[in-house]
Amino acid sequence: MTLTKGKALRFVFGETVAELGETDPRIVVLDGDLGSSTGADIFEKAHPDRYFQMGIAEQNMLGVAAGMATIGFIPFVSTFACFAVARALDSIRVLIAQPRLNVKITGGYAGLLAGMTGKTHLMFDDVAVMRAMANMVTVAPADEVEARQAIRAIVAYDGPVYLRLTRSDSPILFDDSYRFVLGRSTVVRQGDDVTVFSTGVHTTRVFEAAQLLADDGIEVHLVHVPTIKPLDEEGIVTAAQKTGFVITAEEHSIIGGLGSAVAETLSDRYPVPVKRLGLADTFGESGPDDALLDKYGISVEKTTAAIKALVGARKGAKRN
Amino acid sequence: MSRQTAVAGPDVAALEELARQARAHIVRSIAKAHGGHLGGPLSVIDLLIALYFQVLRIKPDEPAWPDRDRCVLSKGHSSIALYTALAMRGYFPVEELGTFDAIDSRLQGHPDMKLTPGIDMASGSLGLGFSGALGIALGARAAGKDFTTYAILGDGECNEGIVWEAAHVAQRYALDNIVAIVDHNKLQQFGWHGDTVAHRLPPYTGTQLVDRWSAFGWKVFEMDGHDMADVLSTVQQARDHVGGPVAIVSHTIKGKGVSYMEGNYLWHSRVPTPDELATAMKELGEPAAPAGGGA
Repeated sequence: MTLTKGKALRFVFGETVAELGETDPRIVVLDGDLGSSTGADIFEKAHPDRYFQMGIAEQNMLGVAAGMATIGFIPFVSTFACFAVARALDSIRVLIAQPRLNVKITGGYAGLLAGMTGKTHLMFDDVAVMRAMANMVTVAPADEVEARQAIRAIVAYDGPVYLRLTRSDSPILFDDSYRFVLGRSTVVRQGDDVTVFSTGVHTTRVFEAAQLLADDGIEVHLVHVPTIKPLDEEGIVTAAQKTGFVITAEEHSIIGGLGSAVAETLSDRYPVPVKRLGLADTFGESGPDDALLDKYGISVEKTTAAIKALVGARKGAKRN
Repeated sequence: MSRQTAVAGPDVAALEELARQARAHIVRSIAKAHGGHLGGPLSVIDLLIALYFQVLRIKPDEPAWPDRDRCVLSKGHSSIALYTALAMRGYFPVEELGTFDAIDSRLQGHPDMKLTPGIDMASGSLGLGFSGALGIALGARAAGKDFTTYAILGDGECNEGIVWEAAHVAQRYALDNIVAIVDHNKLQQFGWHGDTVAHRLPPYTGTQLVDRWSAFGWKVFEMDGHDMADVLSTVQQARDHVGGPVAIVSHTIKGKGVSYMEGNYLWHSRVPTPDELATAMKELGEPAAPAGGGA
């Protein structure tokens, strides 16, 4: 069973902030000249007086957001993840994270899939950078249902947040009964053979992989971790205890992302084998989504095969 | 010293005396801390005294008053000058200047807006404070607030690209509630060398700074940053300008007030020896510092 198609998170972002802006005059959007790509144009149309074009100048855009936050606005800064995190990092660090100002940084086009743009625009070490920064909450929703709730939750939270958004349409994983809680993980699927932690839209791929693995007799205990910082340490430990064998999977470098966060927590609190799946220590390239997912090893099929091999090796090792 | 209130009218002599006292506090504080900066604080202190004792609409008893004028020291490494003006104006005890740069002190090497009363924006990585000040001004307009935001930059700081990103955006929004003041003391920490490596060149010469701000669509004034009457009248003109952003190029001397520091790039962040401190205090008209220093 494949998941039904849903909206790209960038459009969910535009729609949700526009909707929240109807009743919350504190919400403003700052755009780094990418509004027609990031979904910020939806907010501009709804609230032109609270949409601020900042031009192609991301360092200043993040600084302006900090200034606006000091007088009570809740700025959503909208640009691509590469420009927010890599280009404007000093502004984020000194003006937003250190004073803990209430700025929401939305990194659009995060991960491997950024519309044929290639390695300059592909940002898949963003979580590593942002979760290492003190005071910075880091959130990566899986689908449109979760993204809508996550955006409401980060508005309710007073402090800096990095929200990881993606370009391509993503399947719908959650139904309307789902409740996002900032800082909590959620069990998506119960299983006894292996615990898999995933985050962002990649959880939808891992979910489909888990269904294929069930056909092969491997029952995956799948835990979605939308808040990478602060990490739900209790949820991580509990889920690891369930099977005693952990795999992490993410559309992010295997250095510094969810896999690292999970490994750090488990090595402190419940040491078990942890295998990290994700993007290798490399840069990307341009290409169609399916080709990129396949070549870089994080497609549903590649993820299925990788988990199957790791579980098989684990069982073999146990028998020996 | 007890807390001092704002100078009632444009009493130039009273402001000059406050600036003299402030210079002594600055030099003593750096000597006691055995670290920090001197050249930049001494070039910008006349301006800060004028702002905090005459120009700014502030309530030192209520540092977070929402309608206060904002003052952002974007050249954050001159923090001791800002702390001195704030302390003398009553934001915290003047004696606290003696804790500058000490462990657990509220007076950090670079301004911390969550730690020190009266700091309106973090700064220290150059150019960022100005960008934050622009956000305050843009937000003030969106919120219907009538306060003015002053941002103080160094001339060397104008090397930073973000300064011009911010200058461009201020012009695009025709913001007339922000005043940028560039402390043009003609030296940066090290800079480019001239005929010999001992001869350090100014970051900008002639009309280069004025031309740059003008080219970005800012109305530009110039003033003698050590002439209190000129500072008061120029800042007033800048504040009252309507229709677009205003910059003031404030001509100053790095290390102003202490003869051996003036115009010498080495005093950007050097610590005076006891003998040098005694000379500085004498030149600033202060009694010799007591043993052990102290601000």
